[in-house]
Amino acid sequence: MKFKLNYKWAVAAIVMVAVSAGTGCKHKVSDPFPATDAVSGWQKTSETRTYVAKDLWQYIDGDAEQYISAGVVSTSTSDYKHQGQLEATVDVYTMGDAAGARKILETGQTNGAKAMQLGDAGITYAQSIVFRKGTALVRIVAYESTPDTQQALLALAQGVEAKL
Amino acid sequence: MKNRRDFLKGAATGALVLGTGSKLGLAGMLDSKTEAAKSKVVVARDAALHGSDGTLDEKRVQALLDRAIASYTGHEKPIDAWKRIVPVGKVIGLKVNGLGGKGISTHAALVMAVCERLQQAGVKAGEIIVWDRNARDIEACGLTINTDASRVRVYGNDVAGYEEQGVAFGSAMDVKLAKILTRECAMVINLPILKDHELAGVTFSMKNMYGVVQKPFELHAGGCNPSVADLNCIPAIREKVRFTIGDAISSVYNGGPGFHPEHLWQPNALIVGEDRVAVDHTAWQMIERKRAEVGMPTLDAAKRPPRYIATAADQAHNLGVNDPQRIHLMEV
Repeated sequence: MKFKLNYKWAVAAIVMVAVSAGTGCKHKVSDPFPATDAVSGWQKTSETRTYVAKDLWQYIDGDAEQYISAGVVSTSTSDYKHQGQLEATVDVYTMGDAAGARKILETGQTNGAKAMQLGDAGITYAQSIVFRKGTALVRIVAYESTPDTQQALLALAQGVEAKL
Repeated sequence: MKNRRDFLKGAATGALVLGTGSKLGLAGMLDSKTEAAKSKVVVARDAALHGSDGTLDEKRVQALLDRAIASYTGHEKPIDAWKRIVPVGKVIGLKVNGLGGKGISTHAALVMAVCERLQQAGVKAGEIIVWDRNARDIEACGLTINTDASRVRVYGNDVAGYEEQGVAFGSAMDVKLAKILTRECAMVINLPILKDHELAGVTFSMKNMYGVVQKPFELHAGGCNPSVADLNCIPAIREKVRFTIGDAISSVYNGGPGFHPEHLWQPNALIVGEDRVAVDHTAWQMIERKRAEVGMPTLDAAKRPPRYIATAADQAHNLGVNDPQRIHLMEV
């Protein structure tokens, strides 16, 4: 009897491993960061760095708590440069569900934000764009304001959105 | 004054090491009290610190630093003033803050201006360590990592590591301090950058010490109160971090500590003092004035007043004063 029980568990475990392995092989690994020149004029200038929720403080200590309370799973970030001059950073927060992404977008909205059509919803300021799509919350920030900043950021944001 | 490129070149070659024959020993207490029991804080401003194109004028930063230090010490000549501030023959740490990323970190121009004056006052290049948590934070300040001890050293806790033995004070329990602080620096000059803070309300002088511990997130409960005050009572911090040259050249009045350009403003100021509590109180009021100006609620109304400042001034901590009547504020 004992042998039969163990045998059944062993078969079940093998089946589960096989199924999950098969699923894993078919699962597309998402990389939302456009490569250099994938978006006109934008160069990817750093490696993508990823922080799981428990390590998010290493990237944004003091800001991490609001993302953790909204259910962040991981955060990836990369730096970009537009036409060799305008620097920007793209942060992609992968939340546990779409409600978490919505919460961050809505609570972070302040006076001066303009609504924009990108992903499921988005807002823009003079030097930044924040939008959500599914469980992803994307924040793109430029480090200077030039006449071309908003247009350049929009192009980069659309490039990220297309890869989500 | 040398421009940035010249400075870096000089730092690389050791050519900026001046005044190596300084006869001064350890500097005594600064002449910072104009009246008994009053703490002196200098807020030095230059409205033209940023050019019309938004570029920071490095020469004006150096001049602003000189004016702030002269006002604080009462010595018109910068080198005389610096000789009163720092000991010669000891390692001086400059704790910067690059946590917020490129847009809102201690400005390299200020760091280099301090390094230049330190060397002119007799501190050797290799006796200066500019540091923060890690390479990313340092590079966010616009600085380049350097571990060569013949030049100004610039590296993070990720290189030097943390003590294995924890220390404690109140809520700050089993805190592993950065070895740069405990083993290398005889004195630390604190170079924080003024920011709103999502949890603590304001981050400036005392809060910048979160960058000298291994796990700062363990000190976030209760709006970082009393942890900020407790942390600053740990002897290595209390005794070595003796002077603040606070960077209020740029600031974020909301959304900090990260970079939110929609809330960026340029106070074009330095906030200088020995009393870290008085310095933080002054910085907090600057943030509140800006929030009021743009129609934002007070930090109290936003449910994140920086309570740790009052805690730091209480009898149990005695780190300084937060009573405006006991702060001698000089605006120059």
